[in-house]
Amino acid sequence: MELFKIKKDIPFMRHAVPTALLSAATFVAAILFLVLQGLNLGVDFTGGTVMEVSYAQPADIHGVRMTLARGGFADAQVQNFGTAHDVLIRLPMKHGVTSVHLSEQAMALLKQGDAAVTLKRVEFVGPQVGKELLEDGALALLVVSIGIVLYLALRFEWRFAVGAIAATAHDVVIILGLFALFRWEFNLTVLAAVLAILGYSVNDTVVVFDRIRENFKKTRSSDVPGIIDNAITATLSRTVITHITTQLMVFAMLFLGGEVLFYFALALTIGIVIGTYSSILVASPIVMWLGVSREDFIKPVKTESGAVV
Amino acid sequence: MNRYPLWKYIVISLAVLVSFLYTLPNFFGEVPAVQVIPVRTTVKVDTALLQQVESALKAAGIATTGVTLDEHSIKARFTSTDIQIKAKDIVQSALGPGYTVALNLLPASPRWLTGIGALPMNLGLDLRGGVHFLLQVDMPRALEKAAERYQGDIRTLLREAKVRYSGIERVGAQVTIKFHDAVQRGAARKAIENAYTELQLTDSGGGEEYVLTAALKLQAQVKTQEYALQQNLTTLRNRVNELGVAEPVIQQQGVDRVVVQLPGVQDTARAKEILGRTATLEIRMVDEERMQDANVVRAATTGQAPFGTELYYERDGRPVLVKKTVVLTGDYITDAQPGFDNQTSQAAVHVNLDGRGARIFKNVTRENVGKRMAILLIEKGKTEVVTAPVIREEIGGGRVQITGMDSPQEASDVSLLLRAGALAAPMEIVEERTVGPSLGADNIARGLNSTLVGFAAIALFMIVYYRWFGVISTSALIMNLLFLVAILSMMQATLTLPGIAGIALTLGMSIDANVLINERIREELRNGNSPQAAIDAGYARAWDTILDSNVTTLIAGMAMFWLGSGPVRGFAVVLCLGILTSMFSAVTVSRAVVNLTFGRVKRLTHVSI
Repeated sequence: MELFKIKKDIPFMRHAVPTALLSAATFVAAILFLVLQGLNLGVDFTGGTVMEVSYAQPADIHGVRMTLARGGFADAQVQNFGTAHDVLIRLPMKHGVTSVHLSEQAMALLKQGDAAVTLKRVEFVGPQVGKELLEDGALALLVVSIGIVLYLALRFEWRFAVGAIAATAHDVVIILGLFALFRWEFNLTVLAAVLAILGYSVNDTVVVFDRIRENFKKTRSSDVPGIIDNAITATLSRTVITHITTQLMVFAMLFLGGEVLFYFALALTIGIVIGTYSSILVASPIVMWLGVSREDFIKPVKTESGAVV
Repeated sequence: MNRYPLWKYIVISLAVLVSFLYTLPNFFGEVPAVQVIPVRTTVKVDTALLQQVESALKAAGIATTGVTLDEHSIKARFTSTDIQIKAKDIVQSALGPGYTVALNLLPASPRWLTGIGALPMNLGLDLRGGVHFLLQVDMPRALEKAAERYQGDIRTLLREAKVRYSGIERVGAQVTIKFHDAVQRGAARKAIENAYTELQLTDSGGGEEYVLTAALKLQAQVKTQEYALQQNLTTLRNRVNELGVAEPVIQQQGVDRVVVQLPGVQDTARAKEILGRTATLEIRMVDEERMQDANVVRAATTGQAPFGTELYYERDGRPVLVKKTVVLTGDYITDAQPGFDNQTSQAAVHVNLDGRGARIFKNVTRENVGKRMAILLIEKGKTEVVTAPVIREEIGGGRVQITGMDSPQEASDVSLLLRAGALAAPMEIVEERTVGPSLGADNIARGLNSTLVGFAAIALFMIVYYRWFGVISTSALIMNLLFLVAILSMMQATLTLPGIAGIALTLGMSIDANVLINERIREELRNGNSPQAAIDAGYARAWDTILDSNVTTLIAGMAMFWLGSGPVRGFAVVLCLGILTSMFSAVTVSRAVVNLTFGRVKRLTHVSI
């Protein structure tokens, strides 16, 4: 079976300006969401307590909320989690109080309401630890970006490094923007997914770049957009097929992996879709506009000619 | 051109065989077992203990499927959980309270596999249930405690050196000593400098009051903190042993943090209580003279305790004025056991003191017959008088009985705390993650299901899309999974849910290498190359791209490992390893299969791709 029997190169670069504008607009919108709305940071980063409890019958959310409020947890957030039997309770950090015993107090209250309630999971993170995790996460993002830029600059050329990192930043910011827009919880696992997407999205860009470089070395043509179009078209099949296979696995996690893996898989899904688009329509045009040319890849032969003279 | 030399096939076969062997233990499941761990970490586990366990089980007529000895414990396996629970009680009563007997699950893999070091992966807390704690050590307090020790030592030193000082006190992590003249201060400085080279001494003041300030040098501060952390680790180990957890993890993290993981523990409240306790025992004398005066006691209850005394309350609420001078601390305790008072049959704690402690105790009791002695339990800054008995006679031999416990449970808790020793500095729980056992089982099922379904979907897609080369790609993917699980098992890595997600994602991403190769081969075929040449060129040209694209993911993985914590780290390890194994399986192994199938065909006119 073959999905991509393309005879002629698709003129991607001709449409580069409108797609670049579209990307820029999305990028700016994502940043706005991030700034105005902010990320819905999970307990990993904010500090606080999260409990997951399970009832024998479908849980009475309102009742649980009232029970907790009566016991002094008026600010507890209570919601269903996965099934009707499971309840997720968030106890915000009380200023000045870093008690690890909050979850026990809350559990004791719930037991009074319904003795059959069982505790499935507790996560308590102190405010200091949360802050550190957030800082380390941001630092990891930065270190990965720098590492990738250095590698690409070394292996290719600075223009490619700029193009690749711009495309990747575009992907990451849009993922974060969507998480901010929809108030999806951003926790440590989602951060891991974002970092993985950083590597994965660049990987994709690199495949296209590899082909551009190969084309530059092979042809004598100076038609840069044509060369890039040819490279993208030639690798299009691979780009799409690889994303399909990765997405198949991510879908399995999204639908079968349970709540813990849901947002992880969701971040990956967005990353894969946006990453496909950006490696074709963000990274390559930037390289083109930065003025890449055939001469950048042809090794200077000065020393040899010098020897003859 | 598509032929491998024989040695390459041999290397690949060996790699597959070894990986298969090391992956195998993960499929055997677990058997119930009982694990015996000495309560004190200093007690050796030896064959004598092994025989003791064996004979106890034999005497009770309980059949085991093997009793083994390892570095820290003895493990006895059983065929069912019923027998396991019975065996636990029998072994516990045979060995007494000096040993913790815990229920455990051990890998059920056959002995020959264990013999070659093939062990299953450990399951993380999110998969098997349990508690994870991150504790922060209060380092400023550790330095203050050190200063307190120096304060006492300097006082003794100056007395011995006959240096007159007008006052000595601790301010923060410093000790300040006051003198009336510079000569005495100079003498003190000399004496302290000789005795404690780790102290930094500074002069200040003049005229009426000459002050000498002693503080730890920076190097010594670092040492003190390291020592405090080490002592807390040891204390935590002792305490966790008391909890009877089969395979606890207690590790230093960073300079001032400790990770404690207790698999299978459900009673987190009790675990927290025992870990978080900073109880120390102090024995001090009751100030009987001042207690005579009701006015003084009344004034003390309003916060004005007379100089040199402190007011505490007994359990029944009676106030007691206690002298500030500490007679003995918990440091002198060698053992503490719960028991009963012989006369009143009340719950009591029997405490054994070491040689020095016994000597001090003997002297104090001799000099204070007829007076009361208070036993204080200090917990999280709260001091309570456990009991304040009258000393009837001189107590020698270092054996002390503390009564006044409410219940046998309390006696056992107090003795546990005393045995477990004091912490060098208080600790606070700054992170807790608890996972119930049912959620753990759910997580395993979800993780495995999604990986298997995803894998099947990828395999199906690849075979439909690339036909015979899809089959080859799928077999390379299976090999990748095999290599990855084998390496994780060899490393004895701990598998967590993010780790499973990492395996799944690696599988989804690593098929990329085969897609690259297959697409290249198709392209070469389209360009009119012969099938053999197309295969060769496809592999050769794809390699550069595979390398480049994997390095970037590897960079991301390594940064995650370096900066990540907990779940992110587990994910990062799997991701990095998966990338490395995928380069071998997708390129070398799949090529070997291709070469075996097509390499010797003389006139290959068509390949199924």
